[in-house]
Amino acid sequence: MTETTPAPTPAPERVVLAIDTATDICIGLASGDTVLAVRREGDRRAHVEHLTALIAEALAEAGLAMADVTDIVVGMGPGPFTGLRVGIATAETLAWAGRTPVHGVCSLDVVAYEHAEAAQPTEDFVVAADARRKELYWALYAPDGTRIGQPHVSAPEALPAAVVIGPGADLYPAVNRGQRSEGPRAIDPGLLARVGLDLPDAGDQPLYLRRPDAVAPTSRKSTLVSHKRLSIGRL
Amino acid sequence: MTEPRVSAPLVLGIESSCDETGVGIVRGDQMLANEVASSVEQHVRFGGVVPEVASRAHLQAIVPALERAFEKAGVSPDELDGIAVTSGPGLVGALVVGISAAKALSLAWNKPLYGVNHLVGHVAVDLLEHGPLDPDSPTMALLVSGGHTSLLRIGNLVDDIEEVGTTIDDAAGEAYDKVARVLGLAYPGGPVIDKAAQFGDPTAIRFPRGLTAKHDLEKHRFDFSFSGLKTAVSRWVETEQAAGREIPVNDVAASFQEAVADVLTAKAVDACQRFGATTLLLGGGVAANSRLRGLLEERTAAAGIILRRPRPGLCTDNGAMIAVLGAQVIASGAAPSPILLGADSGMPVSRSYEAPAA
Ligand SMILES: [Zn+2]
Repeated sequence: MTETTPAPTPAPERVVLAIDTATDICIGLASGDTVLAVRREGDRRAHVEHLTALIAEALAEAGLAMADVTDIVVGMGPGPFTGLRVGIATAETLAWAGRTPVHGVCSLDVVAYEHAEAAQPTEDFVVAADARRKELYWALYAPDGTRIGQPHVSAPEALPAAVVIGPGADLYPAVNRGQRSEGPRAIDPGLLARVGLDLPDAGDQPLYLRRPDAVAPTSRKSTLVSHKRLSIGRL
Repeated sequence: MTEPRVSAPLVLGIESSCDETGVGIVRGDQMLANEVASSVEQHVRFGGVVPEVASRAHLQAIVPALERAFEKAGVSPDELDGIAVTSGPGLVGALVVGISAAKALSLAWNKPLYGVNHLVGHVAVDLLEHGPLDPDSPTMALLVSGGHTSLLRIGNLVDDIEEVGTTIDDAAGEAYDKVARVLGLAYPGGPVIDKAAQFGDPTAIRFPRGLTAKHDLEKHRFDFSFSGLKTAVSRWVETEQAAGREIPVNDVAASFQEAVADVLTAKAVDACQRFGATTLLLGGGVAANSRLRGLLEERTAAAGIILRRPRPGLCTDNGAMIAVLGAQVIASGAAPSPILLGADSGMPVSRSYEAPAA
């Protein structure tokens, strides 16, 4: 206690804001291993209405402002497109406005992380989410929660023969042979904020997995047999 | 005692209702930036805007457009008086991208958010070119775009707009797209038909003028119909083809365009006279059409009506039109839109902005 060397300045605390709208609206705020606030909203038709208000609520609960956020984690899907884009557009714009780095992750990965930590599974498992149209979004994971390959979209019958968990696990009798599996059924926003920066980078494009519904028109319907060639702008 | 505003409001405007991602920055009625990214080429092979394709393009374009707009305007976000965004009408999946971005900026920069009406933006954009509306010269607006054809009595742009007439079937822009398809021309139809018409004879074929017969005028004096015209063009082309004759595309385009411009301008001038408007303001994507502009010039001059038309570059969807409407709303002292603002695909043109719940 004789010397008065100044204590080294502590590294500025990192505050992570996590946003995921692939299923519910999920918002988490964490600093290190401490979850500061979480919000979840299950109304899947009102993503655009609620998302920013819920972020503001979470920040207020943590006593923080957007300027205090040092990192943003965003779920890039897969998930229904319109809701998914609300989360990504919000995250990317917040990141741009605050010059904050943004880290895109596969939304299914955080569910796998939780399951691997909590249940210590011994075999590969699948995380699935509702893709509507009688299909599931899904990805296969090793027992330690590492994703094996890219996420997919397919009919429930086409899933690998493995235990299926996640938000889409209980939608179809073909999954888990109709038995209920043990494991998380939702994205944990607090966990996403805590560990999101360590999850694999999913890139900066949404994981749509499907092409847009659009059909090029076939030639104009007509009862006529022959069509003369048409020309435009001849002088 | 309220002091008059020292300076005009500085407003960021975001537009994403269809296939254009627009970011504009204005100070009052002065345009500082107007960045537009269009996905129109991605829709060409489908012959119309594919909502999911447009929505994906908006997400890609929005942040780069914001970046460019601020670079160009040379203003800093903390100077902004507010953020305006198109909250309707339009494609929901497309609208929510712009609304999400606007809300994020409102949160990040702690700025008030205003959800404004896309159609009123098409009218307001002329303020950027020709200054404020003259309170001593009541204004009628003819709004002609891909999805809308309306006559609007404008008391003021914030809370006094009345739709006195509208299309009862197709919008003029839709008729252009359909006739272009019939003629084997490219999508979108507006510019290509306008171009072909330059080389054609507008009097070659007499196509019908919708809702101009005496019995129609009783009930639909200021309304429009383009469905019958579209069918008439289609039938005429098929008949000629059946007879083995070559289709005079330029003449068909010119005659079709003449029918559209004739009925739009006649009803617009009639509406001005009926409602005592001494100024006619032209707005919307189809307002870039050369024949419509020309004929309107002739007929308003003959009727002693002042014609205001924004330059063609401002007629298509953009962010500056949203920003300038936002500036009008802010200058009126209106309260910001609620934080739960959503997309309203059917937002009525009489509602310029989303006021907070009473
Ligand atoms: Zn428009």
